[in-house]
Amino acid sequence: MAALVIAEHAGGQIADATLSAVTAAAKLGGDVHVLVAGGDDAKGAADAAAQIAGVSKVLLAQDAAYAHQLAENVAPLIAGVAEGYDAVLAPSTTTGKNIAPRVAALLDVMQLSDIISVEGPKSFTRPIYAGNAIATVESSDPKLVITVRTTAFDKAEATGGSAAVEAVNGAGDAGLSSFVKLDAVKSDRPELTSAGIIVSGGRALKDGPTFEQYITPLADKLGAAIGASRAAVDAGYVPNDYQVGQTGKIVAPDLYIAIGISGAIQHLAGMKDSKVIVAINKDADAPIFQVADIGLVADLFNAVPELTEKL
Amino acid sequence: MKILVPVKRVIDYNVKPRVKADGSGVDLANVKMSMNPFDEIAVEEAIRLKEAGNATEIIAVSVGPAKAQETLRTALAMGADRAILVETDELVEPLAVAKILKAIADEEGPGIVMLGKQAIDDDSNQTGQMLAALMGRPQGTFASEVAIDGDHVSVTREVDGGLETVKLSMPAIVTTDLRLNEPRYASLPNIMKAKKKPLDVKTPADFGVDVTPRITTTNVSEPPVRQAGEMVEDVDALVAKLKALGAV
Ligand SMILES: Cc1cc2nc3c(=O)[nH]c(=O)nc-3n(C[C@H](O)[C@H](O)[C@H](O)COP(=O)(O)OP(=O)(O)OC[C@H]3O[C@@H](n4cnc5c(N)ncnc54)[C@H](O)[C@@H]3O)c2cc1C
Repeated sequence: MAALVIAEHAGGQIADATLSAVTAAAKLGGDVHVLVAGGDDAKGAADAAAQIAGVSKVLLAQDAAYAHQLAENVAPLIAGVAEGYDAVLAPSTTTGKNIAPRVAALLDVMQLSDIISVEGPKSFTRPIYAGNAIATVESSDPKLVITVRTTAFDKAEATGGSAAVEAVNGAGDAGLSSFVKLDAVKSDRPELTSAGIIVSGGRALKDGPTFEQYITPLADKLGAAIGASRAAVDAGYVPNDYQVGQTGKIVAPDLYIAIGISGAIQHLAGMKDSKVIVAINKDADAPIFQVADIGLVADLFNAVPELTEKL
Repeated sequence: MKILVPVKRVIDYNVKPRVKADGSGVDLANVKMSMNPFDEIAVEEAIRLKEAGNATEIIAVSVGPAKAQETLRTALAMGADRAILVETDELVEPLAVAKILKAIADEEGPGIVMLGKQAIDDDSNQTGQMLAALMGRPQGTFASEVAIDGDHVSVTREVDGGLETVKLSMPAIVTTDLRLNEPRYASLPNIMKAKKKPLDVKTPADFGVDVTPRITTTNVSEPPVRQAGEMVEDVDALVAKLKALGAV
């Protein structure tokens, strides 16, 4: 029994999401290997992956065709390498969600999406219906392809291991697609999915400048990441990658402060596993209060500046 | 160029799903069902491409029970030209749906297959990527912008770090994200007209696809319920409570 974790990495560093996937892979009970596919900086990431506690081998596929994780190029590589494994796991990031189903189809197996626990060698739980139900599922496929909800698994220790790094090759460029550009949102803030504290704003914030004026100082004070509801993203207050929810990012910080967010099921799906939830909303009947540990019925335009000052 | 748009009949997004007491699944009896919201966005995008002169025909496809005809009629009322129902009462997994869609794509030869990025019932987020693999064609997933450029399509994707643009050679598979467009409502005259548009009914066997599930669901349960906490009077009480909980 051996499991292969597809590493998410950037700039020669292994992303935290990979560490959660390693933990999930270890629960399958066999050896855990990591595949790092990438361009020039993949070597650094592979060396970092070799240090992850519990990883016994790292496979490095270095090729310009893998630099941007184009699914058309990376999926055949993974499907080929998967030959020697019982399970392939990727974190449920946009990269993992893009590539893993393509790998599964190449292997003619059904993917297990977004698992939140390992119940047995082929049995898992996963949320369905925006997290309003938890399904226990069992695969009958000879090989498993899994995406892992990272908030459900602790991060493996990034150091302590000393795995060997072995080079592997794939077919490289499939000639079907090319990377044009990435408009990255630059920020010095903690990353949303790994932040300890998140301050999140909704439609009530009116527009971009108002969102910034009220949410940013509070986030600064707390050293928090900033999140948003779909309504706030759709209306252009903040970029798309701030969206928390069923179809956005899944987060589980120690503290989640929801400001002017009603608490639609699609939003709750992304944050209800947070340790402490605070809601500030002027409507006492807003559904967000049903999941909040601390609720304050107030006009945010008064309450938020006051909170920022008093913390 | 033809555009193939797969659509799924799912629980309406405004309905709070209830888990059945016997753990066999989610109760869908007497629950409002609608087109999966991401699929509406896909239908809308296909129509816009046709209106802009980039497409000639839009074919909506659904794999599901007889009632999925309603979903297809909705797509036709929005502006799709014809529809195919692949009728089955079985629960068909994304891999099998992708195989059926591949068979239909082989027959129809679409330039683009436009799908929703995920269905809001099983939240799998797989079918488009699987179809792309089976067809050996490129995929532009989680699209917030689609632009045809000769025999290529540029897709802007909503990714964790921002917006990524990729260029795909056609035929290509595109899956839609929320910001791609705002779907139109079908007008009453168009709903009437849609009733006369062609709708073929087939079965998975017609395409030689085995839909036997690979995954069995052994139990469906309620998620742990969060206890509603405490309402505080003012900001001072909020700060005190946060400190008491050690949250700040
Ligand atoms: C397919 C699909 C997927 C979706 N995915 C997501 C997702 O991933 N994430 C997500 O968030 N949503 C998602 N949604 C949207 C979701 O259904 C809601 O529409 C959205 O979450 C609402 O955002 P909101 O709470 O900011 O806005 P609203 O529901 O409009 O709530 C605004 C709140 O602000 C309060 N308010 C107004 N003014 C003030 C004030 N001055 N002070 C204090 N409070 C005030 C109001 O009382 C209200 O409760 C999805 C929907 C669909 C159909």
